Amino acid sequence: MKLLRELLFPVIAVLMAFVVGGVIVWIIGDNPFEVYGLLLGSALTWPDGIGYTLFYATPLIFTGLAVAVAFRCGLLNIGAEGQLYAAAFATAWVSIKLGGTVIEDFAGKPVSYGWMSLPAVVLVPVAVLTAVAVGAGWGAIPGWLKARYGAHEVITTIMMNFIAVALVSYFTQYYYKAPGDPIMQSVPIGAAAHIPRLGDFVPGLPQRLPINVAFLLAILACALVYIFLWRTKWGYEIRATGANPSAAEYGGINVRKQIVLAMAVSGALAGMVGISEVLGYRYRYYDGFSAGYGFTGIAVALLGRNHPVGVFFAALLFGMLIRGGIFVDAFSQHVTKDLVEVLQAIVILFVAAEALFRGPFSRFGLLKRSKV
Amino acid sequence: MSDKKGALTYHSSLTLMLELKDITKRFGDVLANDHINIKVEPGTIHAIVGENGAGKSTAMRIAYGFYTADSGEIVVDGEARNIATPHDAIRLGIGMVHQHFMLIDTMTVAENIVLGAEPGSAASIDLRRAAQEIRALSDEFRLSVDPEALVHDLSVGQQQRVELLKALYRRARLLILDEPTAVLTPQEVEEFFSILRRMREQGKTVIIITHKLSEVLAVSDDVTVMRDGRVVGRVKTSETSAAELARMMVGRDVLLRVEKPDAKPGETVLSVQRLSVAVTGGERGVRDVSFDVRAGEILGVAGVEGNGQTELIEALAGLVPQAQVGGRVEFDGRDITRATARQRYELGIAHVPEDRHRRGLLLDFDLSENSILGLHYRKPAVSVSPLLDLRGIRIRAQEIIRDFDVRPANPDLPARALSGGNQQKLIIGREFGLRPKLLLVSQPTRGVDIGAIEFIHRKLVELRDEGCAILLVSAELEEVTSLADRLLVIYHGRIVGEVDPKRATQEEIGLLMTGGEKGKAE
Amino acid sequence: MSEIFNLGLLFSAIRLATPLLLAALGGMFSERSGVINIALEGLMLAGAFTAASMTWYAGSPWVGLLSAIVAGAAIAGIHAVACIRYKADQVVSGTAINILLTGVPALLSGAFFLSSGSTPQIPKEHLMPPSLIITGISLFIFVWSFMRYTPLAKSPKALQVAVTVALVPFIVFVISHTPLRPLLGQPAVIWLAFALVPISFYVLFKTPFGLRLRAVGENPEAADAAGINVRAMRYSAVLLSGALAGIGGAYLSIGQSSLFTRNMSAGRGFIALAALIFGKWRPVQTMLACLLFGFTEAIAIQLQGVHFGGEEIPTQFVQIIPYVLTIVVLAGFIGQSRAPRALGIPYQKER
Repeated sequence: MKLLRELLFPVIAVLMAFVVGGVIVWIIGDNPFEVYGLLLGSALTWPDGIGYTLFYATPLIFTGLAVAVAFRCGLLNIGAEGQLYAAAFATAWVSIKLGGTVIEDFAGKPVSYGWMSLPAVVLVPVAVLTAVAVGAGWGAIPGWLKARYGAHEVITTIMMNFIAVALVSYFTQYYYKAPGDPIMQSVPIGAAAHIPRLGDFVPGLPQRLPINVAFLLAILACALVYIFLWRTKWGYEIRATGANPSAAEYGGINVRKQIVLAMAVSGALAGMVGISEVLGYRYRYYDGFSAGYGFTGIAVALLGRNHPVGVFFAALLFGMLIRGGIFVDAFSQHVTKDLVEVLQAIVILFVAAEALFRGPFSRFGLLKRSKV
Repeated sequence: MSDKKGALTYHSSLTLMLELKDITKRFGDVLANDHINIKVEPGTIHAIVGENGAGKSTAMRIAYGFYTADSGEIVVDGEARNIATPHDAIRLGIGMVHQHFMLIDTMTVAENIVLGAEPGSAASIDLRRAAQEIRALSDEFRLSVDPEALVHDLSVGQQQRVELLKALYRRARLLILDEPTAVLTPQEVEEFFSILRRMREQGKTVIIITHKLSEVLAVSDDVTVMRDGRVVGRVKTSETSAAELARMMVGRDVLLRVEKPDAKPGETVLSVQRLSVAVTGGERGVRDVSFDVRAGEILGVAGVEGNGQTELIEALAGLVPQAQVGGRVEFDGRDITRATARQRYELGIAHVPEDRHRRGLLLDFDLSENSILGLHYRKPAVSVSPLLDLRGIRIRAQEIIRDFDVRPANPDLPARALSGGNQQKLIIGREFGLRPKLLLVSQPTRGVDIGAIEFIHRKLVELRDEGCAILLVSAELEEVTSLADRLLVIYHGRIVGEVDPKRATQEEIGLLMTGGEKGKAE
Repeated sequence: MSEIFNLGLLFSAIRLATPLLLAALGGMFSERSGVINIALEGLMLAGAFTAASMTWYAGSPWVGLLSAIVAGAAIAGIHAVACIRYKADQVVSGTAINILLTGVPALLSGAFFLSSGSTPQIPKEHLMPPSLIITGISLFIFVWSFMRYTPLAKSPKALQVAVTVALVPFIVFVISHTPLRPLLGQPAVIWLAFALVPISFYVLFKTPFGLRLRAVGENPEAADAAGINVRAMRYSAVLLSGALAGIGGAYLSIGQSSLFTRNMSAGRGFIALAALIFGKWRPVQTMLACLLFGFTEAIAIQLQGVHFGGEEIPTQFVQIIPYVLTIVVLAGFIGQSRAPRALGIPYQKER
């Protein structure tokens, strides 16, 4: 019964979003059913559809978890986007420096970008930890600014997003771009830093699909976040702070410390996006790689009720939409993949304005806050 | 209490200024107003008295359109009116000065006063005209308020006069004043009363909500007494006495005597020396308070709410920022004045807070999780650090549920789903489970049903007999007198007297609580 | 260096500050009433797309401008209903609006113009023109707002008006004989934006509407007690913010540019928000902040490709100045920027 109630609003919100989106599609002049068929059908083919869906879901699981952890502490982390950029660049940097990247210049002369070439067993963990640590650090700054100076985390995280993007693009452009490369991207990372693709060991899944072990890491992160939040004293303190700071204080909890901690954990999770994108997919830092993952993470967290299991499924849904959107672009008459963003936005609006549904439903006694 | 006073008829044939007929208002489970009837004659000062939580403010907020009554009727000038918003009330000539001032402190006095009733056109506020009118009004009632000053820079007394001017500026004929003297010094109170009398002379009607009987007698013409959401008496001030009012105000329908053996006090556990707690804004707080609590005794603190009890308990629990605390607190002979909440907890100080929703519980957490708030970081809640021992926690929660009769007996329910009494039993079970040396307990039975009250009282006595020192704060006079072994009375942040709870009469203590003097009850 | 810092830079800064200023003034009304508006970015996009499409269809920038105002207000209306009626989290709702408006214009442009996210090129003669009338009115407003600092402040209103009216052509004459001459040929919206600063100041601090708006944002309970309809005030403020941000967006597509392109606001809504905070929610300071941020953007543009001592000068460090400054101000390192007290809190009448 409790589970049913938890599921009800998200499901209604998604259905309503599809209805509203359908009306928009219809106005534009396409058949909504065909478009939705294309959108969802193309995401469920094996192996490409599912492989890509899971690949697109991976960063969303991380950012969804990031937003959820902060939310459980009563904080709104709009800064996942910046945190993941900072972390992705940092992990690329470490993998270049310690991976011994060498490229040829115009004259065919090798130029070394690295300091040393560490073996994969050392390099991969170092690169992964770098992503986590830099994400955590970038997230902790707004946490500290709030705990220490009372600066509102929403504004500071937005500002930190722009700062991260600008700084990272600066370093890429001036230090780590291959000479003459027209694209804003870094030189490739050392091969030892590559993490395996799932195609390497999952039968039937072609190696060309970008889905990589970071997806497994994302599942692990869901489990760890669950354990952290609900099975450890630290998680208890974070949740208590989010649920009622006054009561947390009464329980001897240092509320300010929890704010910094929650933001750091949140940033660390957002930073893990870099692992999938840099170490598992592009093998370099690519400027502007994130298609708003940090912001979609807000939708994912809200839809997933700020719970790891919910986040996982919400991320799958949005992963499907991203994958399907590409097909909508290619095969539908008028509608473009931008429909996905519209659906996302409407989902967020409906989830946020939950009271909209509470009214009509409570009338039927379905959702009354019963006294048990 | 429906004796002859209640049936007192108003002899005048004048139309009443305001009449509340059968007003009922519920907040969730709490019946704040239960078929209230209040009649206010024009050109009088009408006092509404009662303890905190008696429903006085609620009734008046309904009259002002701030709340909407569930049922009942508001009659103004003899006509039934629909007052849905303050705007409606203002149009009918009703003004209200709220206990917490409704002022915007970044704006000037004039801006605050004209807000919503601006002179000039829609395109431009004529602040010069406003200032003139305000000065004229201010002179008329001798309020001496500068229209150009920022509200932020004014003293509390001046802010109150701004509130009065706000109502007068809107041509209010009826002024409702909610606890107007709570923030004033005795000198200011005298001055304030003369303002009220001047208003009456000008033909205004005034309703004053208060719990201070001396003030009722000094300024009012008529009195309505409220208790537990009901009107329990209406009298003419000239025909009553402080003793009678005190009896009506604090008397209880249900007598709850606690059977308890005499205390066997042991060593001093808590020693409070010249403790002061500053509070930003307003003059409430604790001022220079000293007392000891010994093992095996219950020290009660009686007082009308808002006289420093909250600050006292929170300071002793380590929940007030240290910069605001002065004096010295010793526990078991060691100085804990600067100790954090968790350090105090570790030493064996448990705390049942006055507001269980704000402080004591995580309403959306289940009972198991609530049963470890405060000890969640150590054994037995934690098995292998940092992992919580969920099974153990659940078992212990079930023990609390069993031992303290928490219903429904399901540790997986959110605390929100429990009634007030069961929530309170859960908190008490949690805090008692620490085997504390000192228990700070505040309003232990507020919003709790009768059965739970008895249960909680019995548990408190049991804990005392096990040798725990208990500091009990309660606004329920009955409760504090029957439980305490010694009783302090607090008023305006100071301890104004110690009485023997077995000998002192309710009237005597009631007078102390309301700022009267000891021994003047007769 | 001198080729970087010249009068052109000043004009460029003013042009770049204009959309920021319009959005920031809009945000100011919303936030002064207690509703956080991080949807400015989306509202600008709504205005930019609508203005470009409608101008293209109707062949008139005025139609485009008007529809941008309507579109901005309509989208802000969604935000308002979510936040005020349904008490949604204002930040979450704003984020949703921003995401919505990256999608909707692209979707519609794909359907109506068969392009991926942009509108067709609008002929030059249909772009936002300079308007002598608006320039004149704006100048009148500027001069008028300085009147009270002159010896004429105490003289009859009629005389002040007469003097102001007389001064306007004189000022136009003087400007047209100085290097500032190009200012007179700027699109009307630029003049409008800066004229809105004294107007906003006046509305906010001198009219009943402004007083009530500020009261509602500071202490809605007190405003309610004074008989003010808190909801109505907040609705009107949020709609107003949508209208102004819509004009800002229109300027981007049919003033500064000649078509709508995908995400053409490029974070300007957030810089406007930053300017608003940096300007402490006050019109004149907000304008100065917008000019400062417009100036940094102008410098960043001029620096592109400029070499100094053989090294390319990185523009990124100039670009982040607004964001760093905002954080610094927000943390209280320089001056205190105090938000309206009730900002972000839905008004709940009864507990």
